[in-house]
Amino acid sequence: MHTVTRPIVIFLCICLGMLLLFPAVGSPFYTELVTKIMILSIFTISLDLLIGFTGLVSFGHAAFFGIGAYLLAIIFNDVENINYWWSLTLTLSLTGIVALVIGWFSIRTSGVYFIMLTLAFAQMCFYFFFESPHFGGDDGIFLSNKPEIMLGTRQLIDLENEHHYYYFVLAWLAGVYLFLSMILRAPFGHVLIAIKANEQRVRALGYSTQHYKLVSFVIAGTIAGLAGFLEAAHTSYVTPAYLGWHESGMAIMMVILGGMGTLFGAVIGTFIVVLLQDILPNFTEHWKLIMGAIIIGVVLFLPNGIAGLIFSISNRFSSAKKEAGKEHD
Amino acid sequence: MTDIILSTEHLCKNFGGLKATNDISLNFERGVVHAILGPNGAGKTTLINLLSGELLPSSGRILFKGYDITSAPPEKVSRIGIGRSFQKTNILPGFSCLQNCWIGAQSCLLTSMRFFRPAKHLRNVHRRADHALQLCGLSSKRNQIAATMSYGEQRQLEIAMMLATEPELLLLDEPLAGMGTEESQQVTELLKELAKEQTLILIEHDMDAVFSLADRITVMVDGAELETGSVEQIRNSKAVQDAYLGHEEDAA
Amino acid sequence: MESSFYLIQLLNGIQYGFLLFLLASGLTLIFGIMGIINLAHGAFYMIGAYLCYWLTGITGNLFTGILLAIPVSILFGYVVERLAISYLYKRDHLYQVLLTYALILIANELQSILWGNDVHSVPIPELLKGSIQLTDNQAYPIYRLFISAACIVLAVVMYWVIQRTRLGMTIRAGASNREMVQALGININWLFAIVFSMGATLAALAGMLSAPVNSVYPGIGDNILIISFVVVVIGGIGSIKGAFIGAILIGLADTFGKVLLPGMASMSVYALMAVVLFWRPQGLFGKA
Repeated sequence: MHTVTRPIVIFLCICLGMLLLFPAVGSPFYTELVTKIMILSIFTISLDLLIGFTGLVSFGHAAFFGIGAYLLAIIFNDVENINYWWSLTLTLSLTGIVALVIGWFSIRTSGVYFIMLTLAFAQMCFYFFFESPHFGGDDGIFLSNKPEIMLGTRQLIDLENEHHYYYFVLAWLAGVYLFLSMILRAPFGHVLIAIKANEQRVRALGYSTQHYKLVSFVIAGTIAGLAGFLEAAHTSYVTPAYLGWHESGMAIMMVILGGMGTLFGAVIGTFIVVLLQDILPNFTEHWKLIMGAIIIGVVLFLPNGIAGLIFSISNRFSSAKKEAGKEHD
Repeated sequence: MTDIILSTEHLCKNFGGLKATNDISLNFERGVVHAILGPNGAGKTTLINLLSGELLPSSGRILFKGYDITSAPPEKVSRIGIGRSFQKTNILPGFSCLQNCWIGAQSCLLTSMRFFRPAKHLRNVHRRADHALQLCGLSSKRNQIAATMSYGEQRQLEIAMMLATEPELLLLDEPLAGMGTEESQQVTELLKELAKEQTLILIEHDMDAVFSLADRITVMVDGAELETGSVEQIRNSKAVQDAYLGHEEDAA
Repeated sequence: MESSFYLIQLLNGIQYGFLLFLLASGLTLIFGIMGIINLAHGAFYMIGAYLCYWLTGITGNLFTGILLAIPVSILFGYVVERLAISYLYKRDHLYQVLLTYALILIANELQSILWGNDVHSVPIPELLKGSIQLTDNQAYPIYRLFISAACIVLAVVMYWVIQRTRLGMTIRAGASNREMVQALGININWLFAIVFSMGATLAALAGMLSAPVNSVYPGIGDNILIISFVVVVIGGIGSIKGAFIGAILIGLADTFGKVLLPGMASMSVYALMAVVLFWRPQGLFGKA
């Protein structure tokens, strides 16, 4: 378990400050890109709750992202005059219910079976949209009109204005981060982290670990649905590829590269991977080769990810300080 | 009349053709240290696993204070007041001592499905975790990461985690396994201390420790009960000497 | 519809099942013995298909193409095991998933560099062209029968190797208890390398055999990979018998799903898996 030390809090505040100021200096293209990265970060941070804190390696997490996106599109196209907040509530509840069903089946298994079962359920969802002409099949669907985000009678966010949406998404990301930090500090989080360390023992101490894992799965799925919802509202377009296992694989990659079990690591990982995906194609058409090599490098040399690196640096920093303090005495 | 806290009725567990536990009917009295003795493979750990809910018996019943807990899963067994420690050290290695006990202590909450208030604000949990550490003499190590502690300390932590759940009945699976003389003396003292107030069911290899701790002893051989009685009875039993003590000498 | 139509579907389903068995048996052994989740297994299928296309093109004959492709596949499997997989033993499943996922990315790019992104077809040799006339308007292609026959031969050879040879004995022991084999002092590196390249070659063979039917295109290994995992999980990880039953079940479910539930076919396979796992979480022949 990591303890968040002061250097890390300072580091996180600097990152937040940079994100707050970025639209002032960044070009519209990069503002859009960072918006997209922050949406994906909400998705990967929710996966970190499963992989990094509960010890559930879900290989189908993209399904919830895709379902959230599709639900927005379906609700918006089929229901007349629906309020943005109502559609959000509806989307999150439905995604949560899907996560409950998939989780209920998957949690009964563990290890490889869990990995494969989550993958299989995600594929089921993928083909559900892929083969269904009603939802646009493999072409996906467009949102017929942009949702309007109102607060009372005032327009809160203008989706045409990239700065508006940027800050809207940033607020969501911060909110999700704080929410997850809160539940991880609460009794619930303590049990989750202990389950990851040694489930058998935690059961013997009196916890129905299955319930805790299921609740964790539903929370993570719902947050992933939120990310999908935000993405669909951003691009006005949803495709079955959102649910594909390549997406789930990339999400795992982002969490590991950033450093699992830290929440903020997932955000760092997402930034790095998406930026690489943006930059590498400028150099070569076969950029995925480089991507693959980077992933292998991470697995072999950086299993605790970048956050792990940051933690060890900050630990060295604070222990050096302690040493210095001792000499002073 | 004696106060029976836990009893088993014709308890059997088969693994394929092997009868690991064969028709065990025992009564465990409140306030008594009841040791279960037997050579390797006698089915002692299987019995503990049946009592603690890790394994489901093939047949027979288990009653705790008159309630049938035969098919209760481990978490439920723990919740109703039966704590267990494991033979192979089974702790949360990356956690500090306090955090290890914390998880045990937190089980006093009606549910830990609490999402909002930070756990460290729960005074009651704090008190229980601290108390458990103190009992096991680990108070000074509370912030040390469990994996970095000595083997003996890890064994003590193993017991502390169980104590943090404040059980009525303690199932101890070879608490002295693999310990040096000094460490083992420390733990024996701890167990004696616990025995003053608690009911203990103790599986142990170390004969000296068993004879000094236990009030009653059951000897198991090949999954079945050979004899149950007071320390004196067992010490002088011909059958036990033949079956068990003889075994030890063969092995030596 | 007439019964001959269903007969054809049945034959197709079984033939697809046989191909899946070639993939799944390797996958299940690699997991059962080496403890590795190998996402790159589909990449070997893809490589087999492309090798077959390439070598058949050069030699002008499918059979020589396949014969030449086999040693290349064995070598390739061996090299991948030594260079990448061997770092993953005893690592968490998470890292296995990740590293083998990276291997897929690399393999797909190499394929695109070497052979481009076009769809290629592989000609069926003269000998196996044509079909067997079942009724006036229903016929069954001979090449598909050939695939089934080849798979049966391979399965029998595999059965013989595993049941009757010393190597097979070690493999069986390893699949049921990995630690024991290590304790017996068998050279684990050697065993792992053999199992892995054997599995890889079986996957490549599946790719080669199906190349003339399905043609060869980028991403060909990705979908079949997931289906193979479904087969392995249904059958029970580590069980060859399970892989066989699972493969046939999935082959039939997929084929008949397409006929009876158009639009839901791909889902039916996953639904079958969910049902099996709900009933037996460790798969049909898996150990609890």
